Amino acid sequence: MAQAFFGGVHPHDMKAATNEKAIEQLAPPAEVVIPMSMHFGAPCTPLVKAGDHVKVGQKIGEFRGLGAPIHASVSGKVKVVEPRPYSMGGNMMSVVIENDFQDELSEEVQAPANPDALTVDEMVELVKNAGIVGMGGATFPTHVKISGGIGKVDTVIINGAECEPYITGDHRTMLERPEEIIGGATYLAKMFGVDRVIIGVEDNKQNGIDAMNKVIAEKKAPVVVEALRCRYPQGGEKQLCQAITGKQVPPGGLPSNIGCAVFNINTTCAIYRAITQGMPVVRKIVTVSGSGVVEPKNIECPIGTPVSCLFDACGGLKEGTYKLVMGGPMMGMAQYTADVPVGKGTGAMLAFCENEEQTVAHPQCIRCGKCVAACPMHLEPLFMYQYASRDMLDELNDAHIMDCMECGACAYACPARMHLTHMFKYGKQKLKDKQMAEKAAAEAKKAAEAAKAEKEVAAK
Amino acid sequence: MTDYKNLKLIATSSPHIRGNETTRSIMLDVIIALCPALLFACFNFGFRALTVTAVSVIGCVFWEWLYRKLMKKPQSVGDLSAVVTGMLLAFVSPVTIPYWMILVGGFFSIILVKQLFGGIGCNFVNPALAGRAILLASYAGTMTSWIDPISNKAALIGSNADAVTTATPMALLKSGAMESLPSLPNMFVGSIAGSLGEVSAIALLLGGAYLIWRKVINWQTPVAYIATVAVLTFLFPRYGTNVEWMLYNVLGGGLMLGAFFMATDYATSPVTKKGQLIFGVGCGLFTVMIRYFGSYNEGVCYSIMVMNLFVALIDKHTKPARFGVVKSDKKEAAAK
Repeated sequence: MAQAFFGGVHPHDMKAATNEKAIEQLAPPAEVVIPMSMHFGAPCTPLVKAGDHVKVGQKIGEFRGLGAPIHASVSGKVKVVEPRPYSMGGNMMSVVIENDFQDELSEEVQAPANPDALTVDEMVELVKNAGIVGMGGATFPTHVKISGGIGKVDTVIINGAECEPYITGDHRTMLERPEEIIGGATYLAKMFGVDRVIIGVEDNKQNGIDAMNKVIAEKKAPVVVEALRCRYPQGGEKQLCQAITGKQVPPGGLPSNIGCAVFNINTTCAIYRAITQGMPVVRKIVTVSGSGVVEPKNIECPIGTPVSCLFDACGGLKEGTYKLVMGGPMMGMAQYTADVPVGKGTGAMLAFCENEEQTVAHPQCIRCGKCVAACPMHLEPLFMYQYASRDMLDELNDAHIMDCMECGACAYACPARMHLTHMFKYGKQKLKDKQMAEKAAAEAKKAAEAAKAEKEVAAK
Repeated sequence: MTDYKNLKLIATSSPHIRGNETTRSIMLDVIIALCPALLFACFNFGFRALTVTAVSVIGCVFWEWLYRKLMKKPQSVGDLSAVVTGMLLAFVSPVTIPYWMILVGGFFSIILVKQLFGGIGCNFVNPALAGRAILLASYAGTMTSWIDPISNKAALIGSNADAVTTATPMALLKSGAMESLPSLPNMFVGSIAGSLGEVSAIALLLGGAYLIWRKVINWQTPVAYIATVAVLTFLFPRYGTNVEWMLYNVLGGGLMLGAFFMATDYATSPVTKKGQLIFGVGCGLFTVMIRYFGSYNEGVCYSIMVMNLFVALIDKHTKPARFGVVKSDKKEAAAK
């Protein structure tokens, strides 16, 4: 068993509802809505306009700077390009495609003649063109992570922890498509030039570990599977690095600072498909679960499928459903409409109709310290809450609120039901705003001084 | 099929699930943990132990309810913390305390110490101990008259009117009257004179173990506290043998009650485990110092109240090491 990280909580995993259900293919939706932002970075520019005909895998959005391209997930006619509701809240420019149910593959999708003979640069280019991003939810462009990490990284980790309750997509992938995972991991080993890749899996998925070990033995792949203690947030990038290497990522840093690079299970599969088939990211495995879902399932669907189609495929929603969550229950985003589409980072779609939230009318901190014990980033949430609720921004900064990754472990553990994570999101934004304003003011002052000095020189 | 257009959805921040523990469930656990000591008190001091506790609890809950009502604040009696304060206040009072007096004590505990500072979680000293300290200062005679449970056995059921009073083990220890002390088994079981709920070490240990098992309290505070008292009294005995002196000091004077139920009060103890260790050691130090050099016989109450005042300081200096900053980095940074 790998070394542990400090803190964390152990919520009921709720995975029994779907962990024995094979991944189902969704009946093709009549329409998909593909938002131009499904990655960390600036939104893409749409390459198509209303009336255009698109095919599966055709590039419909190009990125600038940090980002990844976006591809059509079904074939058909572009109905409209307009802002639509999307999972991060508010509206986002989206390409709406009317499905012609022909599933025509775009000519842009070309499988390399000999995938195993590709150079590292060629492989990275394939990953980039496939629009692969971190599919665990962080959606950081994968090609940037790879090209930025080559030379610095000596430990490549595949994140199979899947520590959020309810979600079973990665687990099912391990059972049903282990060869894709191992294949992708092998390519990663090649790209980084390391002699082994470590797959970290929480020990509640023993059959998944066995399935992957079988493929590793057959293919003699440079991959090892490491069982991890079942503890949320084991799948947090920094916690996973800590559990596997014993090293801690420095504040504000990335895993590459300690020689690590972490990839999600489904990201690894996408890398495999990109390198062997030239296939971009057009489909996503989503766990549809929660007390409000009639028949929970694991579903693979085209990117851009409205989540209402997923619920329909699961028998619809129960009476009294009060919350839809995209992502896991600990870090997912509550949605205000069922029109939002599935994005590249969507791992789960949950509906709640029972009292999961357990809010109380007037929460008051009792100073029990359970949040301090639960924080995997070694913070003291109770004090941060006081500072944030009083807008004490300097104290917030000194309390290292920017280290907070909003995992929600403190709020989960809090017996007083304080809105800790909520307040930290607020506090972080306030602090960012203040730092931006200070930076702008400093620059303005500098510019003014420079102008003044120039004038003086001119006057002389 | 589901009508997705007319869903009544709420959108709140993550996390969307919560653990099962609540303030109320924690307080309920503390109440359960206090029950063995209460039962023993009834056996030791008679039925009045129960009525004193009940009056104290009712008083504390009433004061809390009244304050929140008059100040138009959200009602908080449901969290059961006033019940815990009421029980603890009774536990640190003599069983002969007049009912009106314990109601006055409850007033000080709940209104003066707890509510005026903002209610649960905001008081800076332990409410029950502060209530007792005020009563002790105001009614010294009544608060220090102890009935002898052994010679009063027959008369105890019902009334305490003509009870025979005696000295507590702590008073005997102070004066060095080792030969008049109750036997060590009696000290452990609790057939001794003293405050209502402090006498039975075994009942309190049972309750403390329950709280640690339920993860309501950490072991750090009580273990550090008791160990500090044990080590200091073992090293510096005043009368008798080292072991004898140490055992009487550990089992007597409400140390068990203080270590497991008073020093672990969330609002008035540090939030980190390291801080709790320091806090426990500090409580132990002050307890021994008061017992050795103070004019009071026992030091648990005041030592905890003194240490309560150090909590903010301890919290400030026991922050967890920042994630990703190893010690050598810090040294390098300092060198630069």
